[in-house]
Amino acid sequence: MTPHTTPGGADGYVPSERRIARERYRRARARRATAIAATSTLVTGAALFLLITNSPGWARTKETFFSAHYARVALPQVLEGLWLNLRLLAVCGVAVLVLGLLLAVARTLRGPVFFPVRALAIAYTDFFRGLPLIICLLMVVFGVPALRLQGVTTDPVLLGGGALVLTYSAYVAEVFRAGIESVHPSQLAAARSLGLSGGQALRFVVLPQAVRRVVPPLLNDLVSLQKDTGLVSIAGAVDAVYAAQIIASKDFNYTPYVVAGLVFVALTIPMTRLTDWVTARMDRRRAQGGIV
Amino acid sequence: MHFVNRPLATALCSAVALCAALTSCSPQPEEKASGTKDTSHSCTPGGLATEVPGKLTVGTDRPAYAPWFADDKPSNGKGFESAVAYAVAKRLGYDRDAVVWQNVPFNSSFAPGAKKFDFDINQISISEERRKAVAFSSGYYDVRQAVVALKTSKAATAKSVADLKGVKLGAQVGTTSLDVINDLVKPTQRPAVYQRNDFAKSALKNGQVDAIVVDLPTAFYITGSEVPEAKVLGQFPNSSGKPEQFGLVLDKDSGITSCVTAAVDAIRKDGTLAALEKKWLSEAVDAPVLT
Repeated sequence: MTPHTTPGGADGYVPSERRIARERYRRARARRATAIAATSTLVTGAALFLLITNSPGWARTKETFFSAHYARVALPQVLEGLWLNLRLLAVCGVAVLVLGLLLAVARTLRGPVFFPVRALAIAYTDFFRGLPLIICLLMVVFGVPALRLQGVTTDPVLLGGGALVLTYSAYVAEVFRAGIESVHPSQLAAARSLGLSGGQALRFVVLPQAVRRVVPPLLNDLVSLQKDTGLVSIAGAVDAVYAAQIIASKDFNYTPYVVAGLVFVALTIPMTRLTDWVTARMDRRRAQGGIV
Repeated sequence: MHFVNRPLATALCSAVALCAALTSCSPQPEEKASGTKDTSHSCTPGGLATEVPGKLTVGTDRPAYAPWFADDKPSNGKGFESAVAYAVAKRLGYDRDAVVWQNVPFNSSFAPGAKKFDFDINQISISEERRKAVAFSSGYYDVRQAVVALKTSKAATAKSVADLKGVKLGAQVGTTSLDVINDLVKPTQRPAVYQRNDFAKSALKNGQVDAIVVDLPTAFYITGSEVPEAKVLGQFPNSSGKPEQFGLVLDKDSGITSCVTAAVDAIRKDGTLAALEKKWLSEAVDAPVLT
Protein backbone atom coordinates (compact mmCIF):
# COMPACT_ATOMS: atom_id res chain seq x y z
CA MET A 1 0.00 0.00 0.00
CA THR A 2 3.00 2.37 -0.18
CA PRO A 3 2.93 4.99 -2.92
CA HIS A 4 5.43 4.34 -5.66
CA THR A 5 4.50 6.45 -8.64
CA THR A 6 7.96 7.96 -9.04
CA PRO A 7 10.81 5.51 -9.26
CA GLY A 8 13.33 6.19 -6.56
CA GLY A 9 11.34 7.82 -3.68
CA ALA A 10 12.74 9.18 -0.44
CA ASP A 11 13.65 5.74 0.75
CA GLY A 12 15.19 4.87 -2.56
CA TYR A 13 12.68 2.11 -3.18
CA VAL A 14 11.98 1.32 -6.80
CA PRO A 15 9.23 -1.21 -7.43
CA SER A 16 9.97 -3.72 -10.07
CA GLU A 17 8.15 -3.87 -13.39
CA ARG A 18 6.53 -7.09 -12.28
CA ARG A 19 5.30 -5.56 -9.05
CA ILE A 20 3.76 -2.58 -10.87
CA ALA A 21 2.05 -4.91 -13.29
CA ARG A 22 0.76 -7.05 -10.46
CA GLU A 23 -0.67 -4.07 -8.63
CA ARG A 24 -2.29 -2.73 -11.77
CA TYR A 25 -3.86 -6.14 -12.28
CA ARG A 26 -5.11 -6.17 -8.71
CA ARG A 27 -6.70 -2.73 -9.05
CA ALA A 28 -8.39 -3.83 -12.23
CA ARG A 29 -9.74 -6.91 -10.49
CA ALA A 30 -11.03 -4.84 -7.58
CA ARG A 31 -12.79 -2.44 -9.98
CA ARG A 32 -14.32 -5.32 -11.85
CA ALA A 33 -15.52 -6.97 -8.64
CA THR A 34 -17.12 -3.72 -7.47
CA ALA A 35 -18.80 -3.23 -10.84
CA ILE A 36 -20.16 -6.75 -10.87
CA ALA A 37 -21.44 -6.47 -7.31
CA ALA A 38 -23.14 -3.16 -8.11
CA THR A 39 -24.74 -4.48 -11.29
CA SER A 40 -25.86 -7.65 -9.59
CA THR A 41 -27.39 -5.70 -6.71
CA LEU A 42 -29.15 -3.33 -9.09
CA VAL A 43 -30.49 -6.13 -11.26
CA THR A 44 -31.72 -8.09 -8.23
CA GLY A 45 -33.25 -4.99 -6.68
CA ALA A 46 -34.99 -4.02 -9.91
CA ALA A 47 -36.26 -7.57 -10.42
CA LEU A 48 -37.64 -7.74 -6.88
CA PHE A 49 -39.20 -4.30 -7.25
CA LEU A 50 -40.84 -5.30 -10.53
CA LEU A 51 -41.95 -8.62 -9.12
CA ILE A 52 -43.67 -6.93 -6.18
CA THR A 53 -45.13 -3.96 -8.03
CA ASN A 54 -46.32 -6.09 -10.96
CA SER A 55 -47.89 -8.74 -8.77
CA PRO A 56 -51.63 -8.93 -9.39
CA GLY A 57 -52.57 -7.79 -5.90
CA TRP A 58 -50.07 -4.93 -5.62
CA ALA A 59 -52.58 -2.12 -6.00
CA ARG A 60 -54.67 -3.39 -3.10
CA THR A 61 -51.66 -4.41 -1.03
CA LYS A 62 -50.22 -0.93 -1.45
CA GLU A 63 -53.50 0.68 -0.43
CA THR A 64 -53.95 -1.66 2.54
CA PHE A 65 -50.39 -1.71 3.92
CA PHE A 66 -48.73 1.48 2.67
CA SER A 67 -51.44 4.11 2.67
CA ALA A 68 -50.00 7.57 3.31
CA HIS A 69 -53.30 8.75 4.75
CA TYR A 70 -53.41 6.04 7.41
CA ALA A 71 -49.71 6.43 8.17
CA ARG A 72 -50.38 10.08 9.03
CA VAL A 73 -53.43 9.16 11.11
CA ALA A 74 -51.59 6.39 12.94
CA LEU A 75 -48.22 7.95 13.73
CA PRO A 76 -49.27 10.32 16.56
CA GLN A 77 -51.38 7.66 18.24
CA VAL A 78 -48.68 5.02 17.84
CA LEU A 79 -46.12 7.39 19.36
CA GLU A 80 -48.48 8.11 22.24
CA GLY A 81 -48.78 4.37 22.81
CA LEU A 82 -45.02 4.01 22.55
CA TRP A 83 -44.66 6.28 25.56
CA LEU A 84 -46.36 3.55 27.61
CA ASN A 85 -43.96 0.94 26.20
CA LEU A 86 -40.96 3.08 27.09
CA ARG A 87 -42.10 3.77 30.65
CA LEU A 88 -42.81 0.09 31.20
CA LEU A 89 -39.42 -0.81 29.73
CA ALA A 90 -37.58 1.57 32.04
CA VAL A 91 -39.36 0.55 35.25
CA CYS A 92 -39.63 -3.17 34.52
CA GLY A 93 -36.08 -3.29 33.15
CA VAL A 94 -34.61 -2.07 36.44
CA ALA A 95 -36.90 -4.28 38.55
CA VAL A 96 -36.05 -7.32 36.43
CA LEU A 97 -32.30 -6.76 36.78
CA VAL A 98 -32.49 -6.34 40.56
CA LEU A 99 -34.82 -9.28 41.16
CA GLY A 100 -32.95 -11.48 38.68
CA LEU A 101 -29.63 -10.79 40.39
CA LEU A 102 -31.11 -11.50 43.83
CA LEU A 103 -32.56 -14.78 42.59
CA ALA A 104 -29.28 -15.82 41.00
CA VAL A 105 -27.33 -15.04 44.16
CA ALA A 106 -29.91 -16.88 46.26
CA ARG A 107 -29.57 -19.88 44.03
CA THR A 108 -25.77 -19.98 44.18
CA LEU A 109 -25.51 -19.64 47.96
CA ARG A 110 -23.59 -22.50 49.49
CA GLY A 111 -24.17 -24.25 52.78
CA PRO A 112 -26.99 -26.43 54.10
CA VAL A 113 -28.59 -23.58 56.04
CA PHE A 114 -29.50 -21.86 52.79
CA PHE A 115 -31.30 -24.88 51.37
CA PRO A 116 -34.83 -23.38 51.65
CA VAL A 117 -33.65 -20.18 49.93
CA ARG A 118 -32.07 -22.18 47.13
CA ALA A 119 -35.13 -24.38 46.75
CA LEU A 120 -37.42 -21.37 46.58
CA ALA A 121 -35.24 -19.65 44.01
CA ILE A 122 -35.12 -22.82 41.91
CA ALA A 123 -38.89 -23.28 42.13
CA TYR A 124 -39.44 -19.65 41.16
CA THR A 125 -37.19 -19.73 38.10
CA ASP A 126 -38.52 -23.10 36.97
CA PHE A 127 -42.12 -21.99 37.28
CA PHE A 128 -41.98 -18.53 35.74
CA ARG A 129 -39.53 -19.48 33.00
CA GLY A 130 -41.87 -22.24 31.94
CA LEU A 131 -45.15 -20.34 32.30
CA PRO A 132 -46.10 -18.65 29.01
CA LEU A 133 -45.94 -14.88 29.47
CA ILE A 134 -49.45 -14.36 28.12
CA ILE A 135 -50.90 -16.73 30.73
CA CYS A 136 -48.90 -15.09 33.48
CA LEU A 137 -50.28 -11.72 32.33
CA LEU A 138 -53.88 -12.94 32.25
CA MET A 139 -53.58 -14.50 35.71
CA VAL A 140 -52.11 -11.35 37.20
CA VAL A 141 -54.13 -8.61 35.49
CA PHE A 142 -57.52 -10.30 35.82
CA GLY A 143 -56.88 -12.82 38.61
CA VAL A 144 -55.40 -10.52 41.22
CA PRO A 145 -58.23 -7.92 41.09
CA ALA A 146 -60.75 -10.78 41.23
CA LEU A 147 -59.50 -11.55 44.74
CA ARG A 148 -60.80 -8.13 45.84
CA LEU A 149 -57.95 -7.56 48.25
CA GLN A 150 -58.00 -4.24 50.05
CA GLY A 151 -55.31 -1.86 48.94
CA VAL A 152 -54.14 -3.92 45.97
CA THR A 153 -54.16 -2.00 42.73
CA THR A 154 -56.46 -2.90 39.85
CA ASP A 155 -54.49 -0.72 37.43
CA PRO A 156 -53.80 -2.91 34.40
CA VAL A 157 -50.48 -1.21 33.67
CA LEU A 158 -49.09 -1.80 37.16
CA LEU A 159 -50.37 -5.37 37.25
CA GLY A 160 -49.15 -6.06 33.73
CA GLY A 161 -45.76 -4.61 34.59
CA GLY A 162 -45.68 -6.90 37.62
CA ALA A 163 -46.38 -9.92 35.44
CA LEU A 164 -43.57 -8.92 33.07
CA VAL A 165 -41.18 -8.63 36.02
CA LEU A 166 -42.20 -12.07 37.31
CA THR A 167 -41.49 -13.78 33.99
CA TYR A 168 -38.46 -11.83 32.88
CA SER A 169 -36.67 -11.95 36.25
CA ALA A 170 -36.77 -15.75 35.98
CA TYR A 171 -35.01 -15.57 32.60
CA VAL A 172 -32.52 -12.98 33.77
CA ALA A 173 -31.78 -14.93 36.96
CA GLU A 174 -30.62 -17.82 34.81
CA VAL A 175 -28.38 -15.52 32.80
CA PHE A 176 -26.82 -14.14 35.99
CA ARG A 177 -26.40 -17.63 37.39
CA ALA A 178 -24.55 -18.69 34.26
CA GLY A 179 -22.27 -15.68 34.76
CA ILE A 180 -21.66 -16.44 38.42
CA GLU A 181 -20.90 -20.07 37.73
CA SER A 182 -18.48 -19.11 34.96
CA VAL A 183 -16.19 -17.40 37.49
CA HIS A 184 -13.47 -19.89 38.34
CA PRO A 185 -13.60 -21.25 41.93
CA SER A 186 -9.98 -20.20 42.40
CA GLN A 187 -11.18 -16.57 42.32
CA LEU A 188 -13.33 -17.19 45.37
CA ALA A 189 -10.61 -19.18 47.07
CA ALA A 190 -8.09 -16.39 46.45
CA ALA A 191 -10.50 -13.77 47.76
CA ARG A 192 -11.18 -15.75 50.91
CA SER A 193 -7.46 -16.36 51.48
CA LEU A 194 -6.94 -12.57 51.29
CA GLY A 195 -9.25 -12.28 54.25
CA LEU A 196 -12.50 -11.26 52.54
CA SER A 197 -15.66 -12.64 54.04
CA GLY A 198 -17.99 -14.77 51.90
CA GLY A 199 -20.26 -11.82 51.29
CA GLN A 200 -17.37 -9.51 50.45
CA ALA A 201 -15.88 -12.05 48.07
CA LEU A 202 -19.21 -12.28 46.29
CA ARG A 203 -19.67 -8.52 46.23
CA PHE A 204 -16.16 -7.46 45.19
CA VAL A 205 -14.73 -10.42 43.30
CA VAL A 206 -17.33 -12.79 41.87
CA LEU A 207 -20.23 -10.52 40.89
CA PRO A 208 -18.21 -7.86 39.03
CA GLN A 209 -16.70 -10.55 36.83
CA ALA A 210 -19.97 -12.44 36.44
CA VAL A 211 -22.01 -9.38 35.47
CA ARG A 212 -19.46 -8.20 32.91
CA ARG A 213 -19.51 -11.58 31.23
CA VAL A 214 -23.27 -11.63 30.77
CA VAL A 215 -23.89 -8.06 29.64
CA PRO A 216 -24.57 -9.02 25.97
CA PRO A 217 -27.23 -11.65 26.79
CA LEU A 218 -28.74 -9.27 29.35
CA LEU A 219 -29.15 -6.55 26.74
CA ASN A 220 -30.66 -9.18 24.48
CA ASP A 221 -33.29 -9.89 27.13
CA LEU A 222 -33.89 -6.16 27.45
CA VAL A 223 -34.66 -5.88 23.73
CA SER A 224 -37.01 -8.81 24.12
CA LEU A 225 -38.68 -7.14 27.10
CA GLN A 226 -39.07 -3.96 25.07
CA LYS A 227 -41.19 -5.81 22.53
CA ASP A 228 -43.15 -7.75 25.13
CA THR A 229 -44.18 -4.63 27.06
CA GLY A 230 -46.95 -4.37 24.47
CA LEU A 231 -48.60 -7.51 25.83
CA VAL A 232 -49.81 -5.43 28.76
CA SER A 233 -52.46 -4.23 26.32
CA ILE A 234 -54.34 -7.46 26.98
CA ALA A 235 -55.69 -5.74 30.09
CA GLY A 236 -57.00 -2.75 28.19
CA ALA A 237 -54.05 -0.35 28.27
CA VAL A 238 -53.20 1.08 24.88
CA ASP A 239 -49.59 0.62 23.78
CA ALA A 240 -48.07 1.38 20.37
CA VAL A 241 -49.09 -1.87 18.69
CA TYR A 242 -52.56 -1.75 20.18
CA ALA A 243 -53.05 1.84 19.09
CA ALA A 244 -52.27 0.58 15.60
CA GLN A 245 -54.72 -2.28 15.94
CA ILE A 246 -57.50 0.05 17.05
CA ILE A 247 -57.14 2.13 13.89
CA ALA A 248 -56.59 -0.90 11.68
CA SER A 249 -59.71 -2.69 12.80
CA LYS A 250 -61.84 0.44 12.69
CA ASP A 251 -61.20 1.17 9.04
CA PHE A 252 -59.87 -2.17 7.80
CA ASN A 253 -56.44 -0.90 6.83
CA TYR A 254 -53.15 -2.48 7.94
CA THR A 255 -50.91 0.57 7.46
CA PRO A 256 -50.91 1.45 11.19
CA TYR A 257 -49.27 -1.92 11.92
CA VAL A 258 -46.50 -1.12 9.46
CA VAL A 259 -46.00 2.25 11.15
CA ALA A 260 -45.86 0.64 14.62
CA GLY A 261 -43.47 -2.03 13.33
CA LEU A 262 -41.10 0.57 11.90
CA VAL A 263 -41.20 2.57 15.14
CA PHE A 264 -40.13 -0.50 17.08
CA VAL A 265 -37.37 -1.31 14.61
CA ALA A 266 -36.16 2.27 14.88
CA LEU A 267 -36.05 1.80 18.64
CA THR A 268 -34.32 -1.58 18.55
CA ILE A 269 -31.50 -0.55 16.21
CA PRO A 270 -29.96 1.94 18.68
CA MET A 271 -30.24 -0.68 21.39
CA THR A 272 -28.42 -3.21 19.23
CA ARG A 273 -25.68 -0.65 18.50
CA LEU A 274 -25.46 0.04 22.23
CA THR A 275 -25.02 -3.69 22.87
CA ASP A 276 -22.26 -3.84 20.28
CA TRP A 277 -20.57 -0.80 21.80
CA VAL A 278 -20.74 -2.18 25.33
CA THR A 279 -19.34 -5.52 24.17
CA ALA A 280 -16.50 -3.86 22.26
CA ARG A 281 -15.66 -1.65 25.23
CA MET A 282 -15.54 -4.66 27.52
CA ASP A 283 -13.33 -6.56 25.10
CA ARG A 284 -10.94 -3.60 24.91
CA ARG A 285 -10.73 -3.38 28.67
CA ARG A 286 -10.13 -7.09 28.99
CA ALA A 287 -7.41 -6.95 26.36
CA GLN A 288 -5.63 -4.23 28.32
CA GLY A 289 -5.62 -6.47 31.33
CA GLY A 290 -8.01 -4.23 33.24
CA ILE A 291 -9.95 -7.16 34.55
CA VAL A 292 -8.66 -10.31 36.19
CA MET B 1 -12.14 -16.31 -18.11
CA HIS B 2 -14.84 -18.57 -16.76
CA PHE B 3 -13.85 -17.44 -13.27
CA VAL B 4 -14.56 -13.80 -14.10
CA ASN B 5 -17.93 -14.41 -15.65
CA ARG B 6 -19.42 -16.56 -13.00
CA PRO B 7 -20.94 -13.87 -10.73
CA LEU B 8 -22.22 -11.94 -13.71
CA ALA B 9 -23.74 -15.07 -15.16
CA THR B 10 -25.34 -15.92 -11.82
CA ALA B 11 -26.81 -12.44 -11.50
CA LEU B 12 -28.17 -12.55 -15.04
CA CYS B 13 -29.58 -16.01 -14.52
CA SER B 14 -31.34 -15.01 -11.31
CA ALA B 15 -32.65 -11.86 -12.96
CA VAL B 16 -33.95 -13.87 -15.90
CA ALA B 17 -35.53 -16.36 -13.52
CA LEU B 18 -37.21 -13.57 -11.55
CA CYS B 19 -38.46 -11.89 -14.70
CA ALA B 20 -39.79 -15.21 -15.95
CA ALA B 21 -41.57 -15.81 -12.67
CA LEU B 22 -42.98 -12.31 -12.86
CA THR B 23 -44.31 -12.57 -16.37
CA SER B 24 -45.67 -16.05 -15.87
CA CYS B 25 -47.63 -15.36 -12.71
CA SER B 26 -49.02 -11.89 -13.23
CA PRO B 27 -51.70 -12.35 -15.88
CA GLN B 28 -53.23 -15.50 -14.42
CA PRO B 29 -55.27 -14.14 -11.50
CA GLU B 30 -56.70 -11.35 -13.65
CA GLU B 31 -58.24 -13.94 -15.95
CA LYS B 32 -59.65 -15.71 -12.93
CA ALA B 33 -61.07 -12.45 -11.62
CA SER B 34 -62.74 -11.59 -14.92
CA GLY B 35 -64.02 -15.15 -15.09
CA THR B 36 -65.80 -14.84 -11.75
CA LYS B 37 -67.23 -11.50 -12.76
CA ASP B 38 -68.95 -13.05 -15.77
CA THR B 39 -70.94 -15.43 -13.62
CA SER B 40 -71.96 -12.71 -11.17
CA HIS B 41 -75.04 -11.66 -13.13
CA SER B 42 -76.89 -14.93 -12.79
CA CYS B 43 -77.45 -16.17 -9.27
CA THR B 44 -78.18 -19.75 -10.22
CA PRO B 45 -79.36 -21.60 -7.11
CA GLY B 46 -76.52 -23.65 -5.70
CA GLY B 47 -74.27 -22.77 -8.63
CA LEU B 48 -72.41 -19.66 -7.54
CA ALA B 49 -68.69 -19.22 -8.13
CA THR B 50 -67.87 -20.06 -4.53
CA GLU B 51 -64.46 -20.89 -3.03
CA VAL B 52 -65.33 -24.58 -3.01
CA PRO B 53 -67.69 -25.42 -5.86
CA GLY B 54 -71.03 -26.71 -4.64
CA LYS B 55 -70.34 -25.57 -1.08
CA LEU B 56 -70.93 -22.27 0.64
CA THR B 57 -68.09 -21.43 3.01
CA VAL B 58 -69.14 -19.10 5.82
CA GLY B 59 -66.60 -17.52 8.15
CA THR B 60 -66.87 -16.34 11.74
CA ASP B 61 -64.55 -15.74 14.65
CA ARG B 62 -63.97 -18.07 17.56
CA PRO B 63 -65.31 -17.95 20.25
CA ALA B 64 -68.69 -17.31 18.66
CA TYR B 65 -70.61 -15.26 21.20
CA ALA B 66 -74.21 -15.58 22.28
CA PRO B 67 -76.82 -14.44 21.43
CA TRP B 68 -75.36 -14.34 17.93
CA PHE B 69 -74.34 -17.99 18.12
CA ALA B 70 -75.11 -20.70 20.62
CA ASP B 71 -72.67 -22.99 22.45
CA ASP B 72 -69.76 -21.65 20.36
CA LYS B 73 -70.98 -23.89 17.51
CA PRO B 74 -71.95 -21.83 14.46
CA SER B 75 -72.96 -24.98 12.61
CA ASN B 76 -75.86 -25.80 14.95
CA GLY B 77 -78.14 -23.19 13.37
CA LYS B 78 -78.87 -21.68 16.77
CA GLY B 79 -78.32 -18.04 17.57
CA PHE B 80 -79.25 -15.08 15.37
CA GLU B 81 -76.24 -14.96 13.05
CA SER B 82 -76.07 -18.71 12.57
CA ALA B 83 -79.75 -18.70 11.64
CA VAL B 84 -79.27 -15.74 9.27
CA ALA B 85 -76.33 -17.49 7.59
CA TYR B 86 -78.43 -20.59 6.96
CA ALA B 87 -81.37 -18.48 5.75
CA VAL B 88 -79.11 -16.66 3.28
CA ALA B 89 -77.59 -19.96 2.19
CA LYS B 90 -81.02 -21.44 1.58
CA ARG B 91 -82.00 -18.42 -0.47
CA LEU B 92 -78.83 -18.86 -2.54
CA GLY B 93 -79.71 -22.49 -3.16
CA TYR B 94 -77.41 -24.19 -0.64
CA ASP B 95 -79.08 -26.48 1.85
CA ARG B 96 -77.74 -27.14 5.33
CA ASP B 97 -75.27 -29.85 4.28
CA ALA B 98 -73.66 -27.55 1.73
CA VAL B 99 -72.77 -24.88 4.29
CA VAL B 100 -69.22 -25.17 5.63
CA TRP B 101 -68.09 -23.02 8.57
CA GLN B 102 -64.59 -21.58 8.72
CA ASN B 103 -62.85 -20.02 11.70
CA VAL B 104 -61.86 -16.54 10.51
CA PRO B 105 -60.30 -14.22 13.10
CA PHE B 106 -61.71 -10.70 12.86
CA ASN B 107 -58.27 -9.28 11.99
CA SER B 108 -57.88 -11.48 8.95
CA SER B 109 -61.45 -11.11 7.71
CA PHE B 110 -60.42 -7.90 5.97
CA ALA B 111 -56.96 -8.96 4.76
CA PRO B 112 -56.31 -8.44 1.06
CA GLY B 113 -55.55 -11.53 -0.97
CA ALA B 114 -57.25 -14.87 -1.32
CA LYS B 115 -60.11 -15.45 1.11
CA LYS B 116 -61.00 -18.79 2.57
CA PHE B 117 -64.65 -17.87 2.98
CA ASP B 118 -67.47 -16.85 0.66
CA PHE B 119 -68.89 -14.50 3.24
CA ASP B 120 -68.08 -13.73 6.86
CA ILE B 121 -70.73 -13.10 9.51
CA ASN B 122 -69.34 -11.68 12.73
CA GLN B 123 -71.31 -8.61 13.88
CA ILE B 124 -69.34 -6.44 11.50
CA SER B 125 -70.75 -2.96 11.06
CA ILE B 126 -70.93 -1.51 7.58
CA SER B 127 -68.97 1.72 7.09
CA GLU B 128 -67.78 3.65 4.07
CA GLU B 129 -64.15 3.46 5.25
CA ARG B 130 -64.37 -0.32 5.52
CA ARG B 131 -65.92 -0.53 2.06
CA LYS B 132 -62.51 0.45 0.65
CA ALA B 133 -61.13 -2.87 1.86
CA VAL B 134 -64.01 -5.33 1.62
CA ALA B 135 -67.44 -5.69 0.05
CA PHE B 136 -70.55 -5.75 2.21
CA SER B 137 -73.93 -7.28 1.60
CA SER B 138 -76.89 -5.14 2.52
CA GLY B 139 -77.42 -4.91 6.26
CA TYR B 140 -79.15 -7.76 8.05
CA TYR B 141 -79.54 -6.13 11.47
CA ASP B 142 -79.96 -2.57 12.72
CA VAL B 143 -77.77 -2.35 15.76
CA ARG B 144 -77.77 -0.03 18.75
CA GLN B 145 -74.94 0.37 21.22
CA ALA B 146 -75.62 0.06 24.93
CA VAL B 147 -73.85 0.65 28.26
CA VAL B 148 -73.49 -2.07 30.88
CA ALA B 149 -72.33 -1.30 34.44
CA LEU B 150 -72.23 -3.11 37.75
CA LYS B 151 -75.23 -2.20 39.91
CA THR B 152 -72.79 -1.04 42.60
CA SER B 153 -70.59 1.01 40.29
CA LYS B 154 -70.53 4.80 40.25
CA ALA B 155 -71.72 4.65 36.66
CA ALA B 156 -74.91 2.84 37.66
CA THR B 157 -76.88 6.05 38.13
CA ALA B 158 -76.02 7.51 34.71
CA LYS B 159 -79.10 8.65 32.83
CA SER B 160 -77.52 10.60 30.00
CA VAL B 161 -74.49 10.48 27.75
CA ALA B 162 -73.06 13.42 29.70
CA ASP B 163 -73.21 11.39 32.93
CA LEU B 164 -70.78 8.90 31.37
CA LYS B 165 -68.09 11.49 30.63
CA GLY B 166 -66.29 11.08 33.93
CA VAL B 167 -66.37 7.28 34.24
CA LYS B 168 -63.83 4.76 33.07
CA LEU B 169 -65.31 3.04 30.01
CA GLY B 170 -64.21 -0.06 28.18
CA ALA B 171 -64.98 -1.68 24.82
CA GLN B 172 -63.71 -4.32 22.45
CA VAL B 173 -61.22 -3.33 19.77
CA GLY B 174 -62.54 -2.93 16.23
CA THR B 175 -66.13 -2.38 17.32
CA THR B 176 -68.42 0.57 16.78
CA SER B 177 -68.86 0.44 20.56
CA LEU B 178 -65.38 1.92 20.82
CA ASP B 179 -66.25 4.57 18.22
CA VAL B 180 -69.31 5.51 20.24
CA ILE B 181 -67.12 6.05 23.30
CA ASN B 182 -64.58 8.13 21.42
CA ASP B 183 -66.93 10.10 19.18
CA LEU B 184 -70.12 10.44 21.21
CA VAL B 185 -69.24 10.20 24.91
CA LYS B 186 -65.75 11.71 24.61
CA PRO B 187 -64.79 10.61 28.14
CA THR B 188 -62.19 12.42 30.20
CA GLN B 189 -60.31 9.18 30.88
CA ARG B 190 -58.86 7.19 28.03
CA PRO B 191 -61.11 4.17 27.44
CA ALA B 192 -59.77 0.68 28.10
CA VAL B 193 -59.69 -1.38 24.90
CA TYR B 194 -59.89 -5.15 25.01
CA GLN B 195 -59.05 -7.84 22.51
CA ARG B 196 -62.19 -9.75 23.30
CA ASN B 197 -65.46 -9.10 25.06
CA ASP B 198 -64.45 -11.80 27.57
CA PHE B 199 -61.64 -9.59 28.84
CA ALA B 200 -63.93 -6.57 28.95
CA LYS B 201 -66.37 -8.60 31.05
CA SER B 202 -63.60 -9.66 33.46
CA ALA B 203 -62.50 -6.06 33.83
CA LEU B 204 -66.10 -5.02 34.46
CA LYS B 205 -66.52 -7.68 37.15
CA ASN B 206 -63.20 -6.69 38.76
CA GLY B 207 -64.07 -3.02 38.80
CA GLN B 208 -61.15 -2.16 36.52
CA VAL B 209 -63.66 -0.26 34.38
CA ASP B 210 -66.87 1.37 35.55
CA ALA B 211 -68.89 0.45 32.50
CA ILE B 212 -68.48 -1.23 29.12
CA VAL B 213 -70.11 -0.44 25.83
CA VAL B 214 -71.37 -3.34 23.68
CA ASP B 215 -74.15 -3.81 21.18
CA LEU B 216 -77.60 -4.05 22.67
CA PRO B 217 -78.27 -7.81 22.29
CA THR B 218 -74.84 -8.60 23.73
CA ALA B 219 -75.57 -6.21 26.60
CA PHE B 220 -78.72 -8.11 27.49
CA TYR B 221 -76.95 -11.42 27.16
CA ILE B 222 -74.19 -10.23 29.52
CA THR B 223 -76.59 -9.01 32.19
CA GLY B 224 -78.92 -11.96 31.67
CA SER B 225 -76.53 -14.82 32.03
CA GLU B 226 -72.87 -13.85 32.34
CA VAL B 227 -72.61 -10.94 34.79
CA PRO B 228 -75.93 -10.90 36.66
CA GLU B 229 -74.62 -8.27 39.07
CA ALA B 230 -74.54 -5.81 36.17
CA LYS B 231 -77.36 -3.98 34.45
CA VAL B 232 -77.99 -2.31 31.11
CA LEU B 233 -78.00 1.43 31.77
CA GLY B 234 -79.49 2.23 28.41
CA GLN B 235 -78.83 2.47 24.72
CA PHE B 236 -77.15 5.29 22.87
CA PRO B 237 -79.25 7.60 20.75
CA ASN B 238 -78.80 7.22 17.04
CA SER B 239 -76.61 10.19 16.29
CA SER B 240 -76.02 10.12 12.57
CA GLY B 241 -79.62 9.54 11.54
CA LYS B 242 -78.64 6.57 9.41
CA PRO B 243 -78.96 3.35 11.44
CA GLU B 244 -75.79 1.38 11.99
CA GLN B 245 -76.11 -2.02 10.36
CA PHE B 246 -74.31 -5.33 10.49
CA GLY B 247 -73.44 -6.69 7.06
CA LEU B 248 -71.98 -9.85 5.62
CA VAL B 249 -68.34 -9.33 4.62
CA LEU B 250 -67.18 -10.52 1.21
CA ASP B 251 -63.92 -10.21 -0.66
CA LYS B 252 -63.73 -6.88 -2.46
CA ASP B 253 -63.47 -8.65 -5.81
CA SER B 254 -66.00 -11.32 -4.96
CA GLY B 255 -68.29 -12.17 -7.86
CA ILE B 256 -71.18 -13.18 -5.62
CA THR B 257 -71.71 -9.93 -3.68
CA SER B 258 -74.79 -8.94 -5.66
CA CYS B 259 -76.31 -12.40 -5.23
CA VAL B 260 -75.70 -12.37 -1.47
CA THR B 261 -77.16 -8.87 -1.20
CA ALA B 262 -80.21 -9.99 -3.16
CA ALA B 263 -80.61 -12.93 -0.80
CA VAL B 264 -80.39 -10.70 2.30
CA ASP B 265 -82.91 -8.30 0.79
CA ALA B 266 -85.23 -11.20 0.00
CA ILE B 267 -85.20 -12.63 3.52
CA ARG B 268 -85.83 -9.18 4.95
CA LYS B 269 -88.78 -8.68 2.58
CA ASP B 270 -90.44 -12.01 3.34
CA GLY B 271 -90.17 -11.46 7.10
CA THR B 272 -87.56 -14.13 7.81
CA LEU B 273 -85.12 -11.63 9.35
CA ALA B 274 -87.79 -10.13 11.58
CA ALA B 275 -88.84 -13.58 12.73
CA LEU B 276 -85.24 -14.60 13.50
CA GLU B 277 -84.69 -11.34 15.37
CA LYS B 278 -87.81 -12.01 17.44
CA LYS B 279 -86.67 -15.56 18.15
CA TRP B 280 -83.08 -14.89 19.17
CA LEU B 281 -82.84 -11.22 20.14
CA SER B 282 -86.29 -10.51 21.52
CA GLU B 283 -85.01 -9.28 24.89
CA ALA B 284 -83.19 -6.41 23.26
CA VAL B 285 -86.21 -4.31 22.53
CA ASP B 286 -86.80 -1.85 25.31
CA ALA B 287 -83.75 -0.32 26.86
CA PRO B 288 -84.11 3.35 27.77
CA VAL B 289 -82.38 5.69 25.37
CA LEU B 290 -79.68 7.78 27.04
CA THR B 291 -80.44 11.42 26.52
